[in-house]
Amino acid sequence: MIPQRVKQEDERLARERAKLARDGPKLKGAKLEARLERTWRRPPGILGWLATVDHKEIGRRYIVTALIFLALGGALAAVMRLQLAVPDNNLVGAQRYNELFTMHGSTMMFLFAVPVMEGVAVFIIPLMLGTRSTAFPRLNAFSYYMYVFGGLLLWGAFALNIGPDVGWFAYTPLSGPQFSPGKRADVWAQMITFTEVSALAAAVVLVCTILKTRAPGMTLARMPLFAWAMLVVAVMIIFSMPAVALCSSMLISDRLIGTNFYNAYEHGDALLWQHLFWFFGHPEVYIIFLPATGFVSVITETFCRRPIFAYPVVVLALISTGILAFGLWVHHMFATGLPRVGYSFYTSASMTVAIPTALQIFCWLATMWDGRPRLQVPMLYVIGFIVIFVIGGLTGVIIASVPLDLELHDTYFIVAHFHYVLIGGAVFPLLGILTYWFPKITGRMMSETLGKIGFWMLFLGFQLAFFPMHFAGLLGMPRRVYTYPAGLGLELPNLLSTVGAFVVASAVVLFVINGLFSLYRGTIAPQNPWGATSLEWATASPPPPYNFAHIPVVESRTPLWDAKGELPVVTGLRVDEKEILLTTVVAAAPDLREPVPEPSLWPLIAAIAVGVLFVSSIFSPWAVVFGAIPAAIATAAWFWPKELKRHPEPVIS
Amino acid sequence: MSIQHYQSIFGNAATETRQFNTLFVIFLVVCAIMYLAVIAFLILGLVRRRRSDAANTVEEGRHHDSNPRMQAGLIGWAAVVGTGLVALAIASFVADRSMAVAAAHEKLSITVTANQWWWDVQYNAADNSKMVRTANEIHLPVGVPVHIYLKSNDVIHSFWVPSLAGKQDLIPGRENDITITPRKLGIYRGQCAEFCGAEHAKMALVVDVDSYSDFIKWWRHQLEEAAPPATPLAKAGYAFVTSRNCGACHAIAGTPASGTVGPDLTHLASRRTLAASMPMGEGNLYGWVADPQSIKPGTRMPTIGLEPDQLHAVVAYLETLK
Repeated sequence: MIPQRVKQEDERLARERAKLARDGPKLKGAKLEARLERTWRRPPGILGWLATVDHKEIGRRYIVTALIFLALGGALAAVMRLQLAVPDNNLVGAQRYNELFTMHGSTMMFLFAVPVMEGVAVFIIPLMLGTRSTAFPRLNAFSYYMYVFGGLLLWGAFALNIGPDVGWFAYTPLSGPQFSPGKRADVWAQMITFTEVSALAAAVVLVCTILKTRAPGMTLARMPLFAWAMLVVAVMIIFSMPAVALCSSMLISDRLIGTNFYNAYEHGDALLWQHLFWFFGHPEVYIIFLPATGFVSVITETFCRRPIFAYPVVVLALISTGILAFGLWVHHMFATGLPRVGYSFYTSASMTVAIPTALQIFCWLATMWDGRPRLQVPMLYVIGFIVIFVIGGLTGVIIASVPLDLELHDTYFIVAHFHYVLIGGAVFPLLGILTYWFPKITGRMMSETLGKIGFWMLFLGFQLAFFPMHFAGLLGMPRRVYTYPAGLGLELPNLLSTVGAFVVASAVVLFVINGLFSLYRGTIAPQNPWGATSLEWATASPPPPYNFAHIPVVESRTPLWDAKGELPVVTGLRVDEKEILLTTVVAAAPDLREPVPEPSLWPLIAAIAVGVLFVSSIFSPWAVVFGAIPAAIATAAWFWPKELKRHPEPVIS
Repeated sequence: MSIQHYQSIFGNAATETRQFNTLFVIFLVVCAIMYLAVIAFLILGLVRRRRSDAANTVEEGRHHDSNPRMQAGLIGWAAVVGTGLVALAIASFVADRSMAVAAAHEKLSITVTANQWWWDVQYNAADNSKMVRTANEIHLPVGVPVHIYLKSNDVIHSFWVPSLAGKQDLIPGRENDITITPRKLGIYRGQCAEFCGAEHAKMALVVDVDSYSDFIKWWRHQLEEAAPPATPLAKAGYAFVTSRNCGACHAIAGTPASGTVGPDLTHLASRRTLAASMPMGEGNLYGWVADPQSIKPGTRMPTIGLEPDQLHAVVAYLETLK
């Protein structure tokens, strides 16, 4: 028996619900767009700028910040190459050089490569999936702020001459309290903590966005390959980050409160660090590489006018790479004296991971074969990717062999190998996709001429910089040495590498100039300048704050190529409040209408509170206790229910 | 020995590197074939139906077309890649096994202990009086399998002489080992291959592969005690070295100096290098004894501020330690 009062209340709410503004035949066109604009635009002013939860703004900031770190990391590389240009050089001393390569590696891995992929995904994935927002947009903002604070910590410390000097891998016991007194190693370890939190938050956002907010009809089998790649990557982040969280926390507690986890003389184990670190560190390589394969699929599809050949094979390749990546970590440890039979397993696993990658490469090449390739700048970057990355992949097969790796491990051969893999495999596709999505992000096209010049400079400069490193390694040059003696035959390869490095730097500068120039002077971009097929091109360039006036319906894997005229749409979402459509995980059938949180300053405040906790815990263990209080208050305030009044439909204010 | 192979993987100077080189060539050939196949496919695919028209239009009704032979191609490609990888994996295992077998026939046993940033070398013998201790330099007889035990006193280092064998880490709290069978007379340079702190770049060692008779001659000489100083200057140096704290870290056989923390100095002047990084010579000895902290900042050896006459005396004495 329902009390009369409750029944009346329900009826009142039902009447109000019927009056709510929704898109549909009565509300469409310019009127609808104006209404949506009012609902979705962020509040004005600096506070509005800080409080935004718009995935496009957060994604843009992610990308720009990551590119700044790319430039900083690249500048460090240039200084290192100057130091190594000639033998017995003393331009920077041993200590400063060790800081340089530590900062270069840490910046490139933690502050550039992973965040830039997350940033691109945060920007484009909701557009690609045909929705208006990411899942958990406030968590998304929190993730960005944590990332920025981690970067500021690392670079602030470097500027104050307490930057880390123990390598981006920070092997114990060198990074432990006995051999690295001072705060340098702590700064490194806490920077890791920031990026862990940030990456985990972004990964949760991406998994939920990809699984639950796809446009109706976009079944898993019709999902763009970039979304597949990011789904695999986000799940990999969720499984790998805890390993590095654990090992860096143990390092911090060794240093801060003397726990001796890694101290061999107090029943700890120096090698434990390497197992935990590489259990994260090897998947990390694929966390950087797999999004790039998504970029390659997107570009190849558009510029060859064909959907990617053997889509299920590519998807399975992505998933199996994601799984195999967790079985390879010991190939970083072949020289540590573990049992040889065990090594055989990791050799086999390391070679096996070449198979899914080889299959993906075949699928891209088959797409080019079937299609009608057109060599515009993004496509050039894909070609550069294949030419360079395959060399890196094959040298990877070489070093998967234990007897070969024992000679090549920790030499410049390895430096060459992973720059082929990471620059060829990730930076080339990234620059291609930034050129490709530049019109969607900014509303203007990048200059094709400058783009082509930049591509060729980068391609040739890269070869000049990194190909001779193979020889430097074979001639016996170990990694992470600040200088080398004359007379070992290392002079020529090192000089060539230095010259090449400056060509690469000029190419990157040219890319930035092209970006800035095109931002203000580039041709105005139409909605779909490349004639592409995925949903991000079904809205204006740049997209309005609400992304799509109506949520599109997807009926094939190539929606814009198959649609005759307008895309079909669903209607009925509220327009007076921020609302998105959730669909089922596999079939993408409409499931729920879900309110989207309003902009809020609490993610920023929570990030500041957590940041203060992390930074001050470098200096005292008590900071963990006292720092937890403001962090707890900020998080509680973030989730505090603002109104207890019943709305006709739920809203999050 | 050509200078190019002084510190090079292609030195081919030991059984281990010969096995490495054979395996490396096999891998290189297979990988080169794979690479050429990919590039050929790429180029053909690009030029076959390349467009230069400005518009990115949909090929109406044809945009899902695919060459029917492509599926067979994919399966064939998977088979080729799979077979290639299995073949390479087998070749790798076979080489690995044969290297492991060599370890069973040890004739000579050496313990190398790494320190920041130098190598402590000890020739093991059942009889203590036959043990030889030296630093940053290893002498090996050609053709004899030598078993090297690897330890560390501080952080992780890696023992690597490229011309002779692959590397092996020296890890505190653990003992590793490596077997080398030198095949070619010569002098080979190696250096630490795991980042071990500030002066990682200045942690080299020299391996001298001698004929068996030369090796025995060297070994006998190493067993001898240091000769007493003859000249007045060297005597003054001896007095300084033995009366001050040098002996707390360094040992000189036949004198009161018996420390084990630093390199053994008994035959210092007969070695090829000084401080794991410089050629041995009067100039470098002067520089190192006067101010080690400016040459290798962070090294354990302190700069003690010798007066010029003390410095002359110490260097003169050290030069007698042949």
